[in-house]
Amino acid sequence: MFPPVPNPTTQPVPPKFGDQDLIRRSASTVTPPAQRQTEVAKLIDVSKCIGCKACQSACIEWNDTHPEIGINTGVYDNPHDLTPDMFTLMRFTEWENPETNNLEWLIRKDGCMHCEDPGCLKACPAPGAIVQYSNGIVDFIHENCIGCGYCIKGCPFNIPRISQVTHTAYKCTLCSDRIAVGQGPACAKACPTQAIVFGTKDEMKEHAAGRITDLKSRGFANAGLYDPPGVGGTHVMYVLHHADKPEIYAGLPNNPRISPIVEAWKGVTKYAGLAVIGFAAAAGFMHYLVAGPNRVSEEDEEAAEKLTGEEPRP
Amino acid sequence: MSTDYDVEKGDSVHPGKPVTVDRYTAGARVNHWITAISLVLLALSGLALFHPRLFFLTGLFGGGPLTRIIHPWIGVLLFFSFFGLFLRFWKANLWKREDGTWLARIRDVLTGHEERLPEVGKYNAGQKFVFWSMSALIIVLITTGLIIWDQYFSVFTTIEQKRWAVLIHAIAAICAISVWIIHVYAAIWVRGTIRAMTRGSVTGGWAWRHHRKWLRELVGKASKGKSTPAE
Repeated sequence: MFPPVPNPTTQPVPPKFGDQDLIRRSASTVTPPAQRQTEVAKLIDVSKCIGCKACQSACIEWNDTHPEIGINTGVYDNPHDLTPDMFTLMRFTEWENPETNNLEWLIRKDGCMHCEDPGCLKACPAPGAIVQYSNGIVDFIHENCIGCGYCIKGCPFNIPRISQVTHTAYKCTLCSDRIAVGQGPACAKACPTQAIVFGTKDEMKEHAAGRITDLKSRGFANAGLYDPPGVGGTHVMYVLHHADKPEIYAGLPNNPRISPIVEAWKGVTKYAGLAVIGFAAAAGFMHYLVAGPNRVSEEDEEAAEKLTGEEPRP
Repeated sequence: MSTDYDVEKGDSVHPGKPVTVDRYTAGARVNHWITAISLVLLALSGLALFHPRLFFLTGLFGGGPLTRIIHPWIGVLLFFSFFGLFLRFWKANLWKREDGTWLARIRDVLTGHEERLPEVGKYNAGQKFVFWSMSALIIVLITTGLIIWDQYFSVFTTIEQKRWAVLIHAIAAICAISVWIIHVYAAIWVRGTIRAMTRGSVTGGWAWRHHRKWLRELVGKASKGKSTPAE
């Protein structure tokens, strides 16, 4: 068992991280702090999840969101997708293992992965609407969000959702407000089986290694850690019993990365585009300097007068 | 009438010293300026969301969220406004044989040697290029723009389609802004042009120098009208 995050003191404490710890800020350049904070991570052990949705309830309660009462369409997923009011969602998959012919009930807690290289932040046009702290947390700052939806296009995991009420984007904050005062995320606190644990990233990797050894000894030869390198690693990681095929867990992407289309849009297009516009303007200016204005001459006017039958000028 | 393909409604010659030639009706001019203002506002609000260094331009529109709200609506206005221009101007912008020759002698165009150029109708090949490229780009921009108008249309396309749309939208917008720069520069460079879109007329000398075929057609039409009034 991984020791849970202890309850903090009841005395007010200053936040452990803040604006001075930003390593990335959308549509802005920041000077990263000299000292990076210890990276934190949440580890979700899919093999230990019982699908009770306590994490969802805890998330709703802590973040004070009010998801709409849904309808039952014959599946366990509730609500049916992430929403601006539901930052985390248990996704249930009934998977038949072709090797054993056993039905496996795969339950994955979906939500923001807190990528080390966040696609949402890269795509965001609003200064300071998306920030990344040096401990790895990627957070949305709602007062700076303009609701354009570019983060949705940037995200390799299809996580952010735009509220039709506030017209700003929402996702899991990793409970940055709780972590700032020494607590763990609400979902981890509520999880009855320790399928969700929270600590430093190194601790989580170490804990995961123990779990993977245990799973392998129980016949899950492909058990492994999901910490995808394509996005520089994540600060929410999974222990999967079938780590060789993450896509069976309700479409968890195998080797996710920021879409090359988004990279092209936010990379070469941005610079080449302004260069092309600047070149067009400069070419016009240079042409005017060299060639001068193209003026209608007196002879042109006389020719037109002659054509229309006017008497020639004296 | 086959030779008069490029004579538009309201085009006529007024003899005098100097000769004046009506080029754009009041309707066409109002239509043009609505399009022009929309395009400038779209470029400013679009650039604000395109490059972080230009985000300050959102201040012109009342902040980031208002820029995000207003940009697509101006786009809709521009689309319909430009569609009006398209209906007015498309016929006179059809490609003619002399346009190829004109384009082949682009060096003479840029160095002001108009005497070496073929006589052209109401629009030269450069103006036709501006017209057709803007027409095509605006179709691309409105289509991709609707795809990324998340507030109303997010459910109709996949995220992958939206990614393509946002990239194509940005590239098309850069092309449109560049074409617009060419358009505005040409109007400034070729003196006597801007009054065509303000007061609606140009001088006979301007028409003779730059659009002689069109002038000849108008004069021919006027004299034909005089000789056979009962037609």
